[in-house]
Amino acid sequence: MFDFVSFIPRAVVQGVPLLFGSTGETLTEKSGNLNLGIPGIMYVGGICGVIGAFLYEQSLPSREMINGVLAIGIPLLSCLAGSLLMGLIYCFLTVTLRANQNVTGLAMTTFGVGIGNFFGGSLIKLSGSAVPSIALTATSSYFHRSLPFADSLGWFGKIFLSYGFMAYLAVAIALIADYILQHTRTGLHLRAVGENPGTADAAGIDVAKYKYRATCIGSMIAGLGGLYYVMDYASGVWSNNAFGDRGWLAIALVIFTIWRPKTGVLSSFLFGGLYILHMYIPSGLNLAVKELYKMIPYIVTIVVLVITSMRKKRENQPPQSLGLPYFREER
Amino acid sequence: MNNQKRKPLFHISRRQSMLWYRIWLIRGLAILAALVVCALVSVVMTGENPFSIYSTIFTASFGSPRKIWVLLQNIAMLLCVSLAVTPAFRMRFWNVGGEGQALVGCFASAACMILLRDKLPNGMIIFLMFVTSMLAGAIWGAIPAFFKAKWGTNETLFTLMMNYVATQLVAYYCVVWESPKGSGQIGVINQQSQIGWLPVIGGQKYLLNILIVAVLCLFTYYYMYFSKHGYEIAVVGESEKTAHYVGIKVEKVIIRTMMLSGAMCGLAGLLLTGSTNHTLTTTIVDGRGFTAVMVSWLANFNPVWMIGTSFLLVFLSRGAGEISTNFGLNKSFADILTGIILFFIIGSEFFIMYKVKFKHAAEKEVKA
Repeated sequence: MFDFVSFIPRAVVQGVPLLFGSTGETLTEKSGNLNLGIPGIMYVGGICGVIGAFLYEQSLPSREMINGVLAIGIPLLSCLAGSLLMGLIYCFLTVTLRANQNVTGLAMTTFGVGIGNFFGGSLIKLSGSAVPSIALTATSSYFHRSLPFADSLGWFGKIFLSYGFMAYLAVAIALIADYILQHTRTGLHLRAVGENPGTADAAGIDVAKYKYRATCIGSMIAGLGGLYYVMDYASGVWSNNAFGDRGWLAIALVIFTIWRPKTGVLSSFLFGGLYILHMYIPSGLNLAVKELYKMIPYIVTIVVLVITSMRKKRENQPPQSLGLPYFREER
Repeated sequence: MNNQKRKPLFHISRRQSMLWYRIWLIRGLAILAALVVCALVSVVMTGENPFSIYSTIFTASFGSPRKIWVLLQNIAMLLCVSLAVTPAFRMRFWNVGGEGQALVGCFASAACMILLRDKLPNGMIIFLMFVTSMLAGAIWGAIPAFFKAKWGTNETLFTLMMNYVATQLVAYYCVVWESPKGSGQIGVINQQSQIGWLPVIGGQKYLLNILIVAVLCLFTYYYMYFSKHGYEIAVVGESEKTAHYVGIKVEKVIIRTMMLSGAMCGLAGLLLTGSTNHTLTTTIVDGRGFTAVMVSWLANFNPVWMIGTSFLLVFLSRGAGEISTNFGLNKSFADILTGIILFFIIGSEFFIMYKVKFKHAAEKEVKA
């Protein structure tokens, strides 16, 4: 019998970083910006949180004096600041300077992963630990803390209540983002900018402002995914390149959810499940097959991409001006 | 109304054309500015004086004959992938799958080297390596192209996903063909017999690669600017409707161009596995498929200028790598410096494409 009670929580914790990343990227793409820098931004979000937590832990005279509010607040704010900065760089280049979005995004990913691994490596050196990783267990315990009565509720508690607060935050942000996109004027304007900036501009919508805001807020949300990964999932242990290719998987998830953050909640957990499925499928001694199972999320994404383009349902298409810069005089 | 009196601080308009030396002047200034910022960052991190940092960058590439050969080899490989993605880019087909297409090329040639090593003569194996690696790349490129041509599936996202499918495919075979058993790695293939290794010419290991890529560069230049195919690609890139109107079969051009693009990526894979590294790993292409996007774009899709831009990127990243080892920094420092340099170059394109007039200058012009 497949062990769902142990599988689902693990799928969820895998899915949460993807959910943050894909919600952020969906907002960004709705404004017409295809931000391929998301993997880099998630690295930066993670490492900024780690730097904040590290400096805070170092500044404490003893472990016991740690303050819960600061332990969560400092990493959270530094993560948001770092990913906001990345979002601003991307916006400045693509919106103000109208640079090619693909090229800028790829450069952002190189830069962001570099920042993550560089400062990660430097901190590891600073802390002088024997293993190539840095552990922030004290701060992380605050991120990791789940409801005290979760353990006493059996399988229900395990599946629904065993996560740190950021997992619930991710779901909340996704639902709020969906509401804003579908049911508010701001969301309508934002979608208009992404579909046809020329028309939006003619209707009196400030295209640049919407692109800037959506992309920067999107980056900050994506950055939180990096923070969740280090602080909660990895229990405060940063080791270089551990985050892996989750950033690209988050971009894949945006397509999979056909640009709907609400759908992202369950899909991200599904993707998280697919990501770790290879550990649960009995493959005996044949280790190689596991590598093939890891292909599944990407193939599923491709299939969804193809099917949505074949069905040509208008509400399922990517934003029409996705990837194109907007210049008023060129209409 | 107050609003009507407010004038924008500056006025932006698109340039019609620009003299080529002014274009390079702007790019040169951008690179210079990037180098200053990089030096500042490095000085803050290392505490060395900036001139020793610049000389480190220079000696990293030109310090010894061996380093020059490695530089040339890296330029050749980056250029090869960049040339490969360029025809697709001219068609506004954003092929960010160069990485995967090159990787399946590596995979195909490694498969020939491993599976056929005792069955066929060496010359035959090398011939088959050429055929299969280019075919593998072509197929990998043709799949997204087919869906793009038929149903308009977003090619950026599709090619991106294909990279990871290729990575996992290679990861699978890395375990299947592992040697020694249990290592999970393939190691150098045919170390003793050297079956399937491309010949070394002129006593220089890298010379053959460099020559092949040089020929490929000329071929791409000719193909893009002097052939009927190249013309069709340019028309499709400018406007699919126009292309359709003048009787170009758009679907056919998209698929054909992506097959060519993929095949050239596959060739890059062959050169990596057959001639340079003689092995297969998931990271053998080393991000070149992504860097190639930037190389090609910076050179404005011109194959000859691409020699310059790939030199620039390889030179800078080798320099940045040397800084990080010499001054005891983490290797990822190179990525940060490369990122900064790219941001400056990307940003500078704006001043080539557009004219910025500040308010005062614009008013003066009106009066005169």
